[in-house]
Amino acid sequence: MGYPAHIEYALHLADNAMILGHRNSEWTGYGPILEQDIALSNIALDLIGQSRYLYQYAARLIGSDTTEDILAYGRDAWDFRNCLLVEQDNGDWGKTILRQFLFSAWQFYFYGQLLHSQDRELAAIAEKSLKEVTYHLRWSSEWVIRLGDGTEESHARMERALDQLWKFTGELFVPAGYERALSVAGIAVDLTPLGPMWRGRVEEVFAEAQLSLPDAAWMQRGGKEGRHTEHLGYLLAEMQFLQKTYPGCEW
Amino acid sequence: MHDGQWPLWEVFIRSKQGLDHKHAGSLHAADAAMAIENARDVYTRRMEGVSIWVVESKYIHASNPDEASSLYDPANDKVYRHPTFYDLPDELKHM
Repeated sequence: MGYPAHIEYALHLADNAMILGHRNSEWTGYGPILEQDIALSNIALDLIGQSRYLYQYAARLIGSDTTEDILAYGRDAWDFRNCLLVEQDNGDWGKTILRQFLFSAWQFYFYGQLLHSQDRELAAIAEKSLKEVTYHLRWSSEWVIRLGDGTEESHARMERALDQLWKFTGELFVPAGYERALSVAGIAVDLTPLGPMWRGRVEEVFAEAQLSLPDAAWMQRGGKEGRHTEHLGYLLAEMQFLQKTYPGCEW
Repeated sequence: MHDGQWPLWEVFIRSKQGLDHKHAGSLHAADAAMAIENARDVYTRRMEGVSIWVVESKYIHASNPDEASSLYDPANDKVYRHPTFYDLPDELKHM
C-alpha cells in the first residue's frame, strides 16, 4: 500500500501515538502500585486520543468510506508507519518508563515544531497534544531519575533497558521519503534540528539519574517505512483480533 | 499490589470555583513530588481541580472521637452565638 505523502505522514504520527498508547494500556491492572497503574493508563488514553484525531484526519484525506477504525484495525504490520521504539515490548517497569521518556522527549520537541506547520489541522492537533506530552515528559523524567539514581537493582535494570532501547532512537531523526517531500512544503517537521534538542534534554535527565548516554553507533530503522520488529505483529494480533474476526462489529 | 513501604498522603484539591482546598482522599507515594503527581493522576482526571496540596498522613493530628460529647455538646444550647438576632433592612441581600 502506498498513500500520497500527506496521508502517510498523518498515519505515521497516528501510528506512533496509537501503538505506544496500546503498549501502555497493557499495564492497566498490572501497574506496580495502584497510583502508577492509573498514571500510565491516563497516558495511554492521552496517546490514543491523539491517534484518533490523526486517524480521523487521515481518513478524511483518503476519502471514500475510510474511517479511523478501518485505519487502526484494518491494516497489517507492513502498513504501519510507527517508529520502532514505540512497538518494543514492555519488559519491566524500568523499560516501559525509559521507552516513554525517550519518546515523550522526542514528541515534546516534535509537536513544538509541528505547531508551525503550514497544515493548520496538524498544527491544531499539535497544540492540543503538546500540553499532554509536557506532562508525560515530566512524569517519565521523574521516574527515570528515581530508578536510575535509586537502588543498585533499579539502576542495573535501567542500564539494561537503555541497552535494549537505544538503538531504536536514531530513526526518530532520520526522515522517511514522505517526510522529506513534505518538509520542503513546510508541512512536515524538519527533523534535523530536533536531534540536538532531544539529546540535550536526555543528557540532562540522565545526568541526574546517574545514567550515561550509550555510544553505540549502530541504529536500527525502517519502522517509518513499514519494516518492523517482530513485536508489532504480536501487538496487532491482539489489538485487531475482534475487528478481523467480526469485521465492522459494534457493541 | 502495594508492599506497604511507601507512606500514606492526604490530598486536598481546590476546584476552579472553590476558594479553599477540600480533602479529596489519600494515596501512597515515595515523596512529596510523587504524591502531587499521583494526586493529579488519581484525583483530577475529571477536571476536579486547579490546585493540589498534599501532606503526609502522619502529620495530621485528629481530635479523639471518645471526647466528642465534652468537646461539641456544650455548643448545643448556646443559640446566642449565632448572629440571628439582628433586624436587617429589606434592601440588604445575601446575608
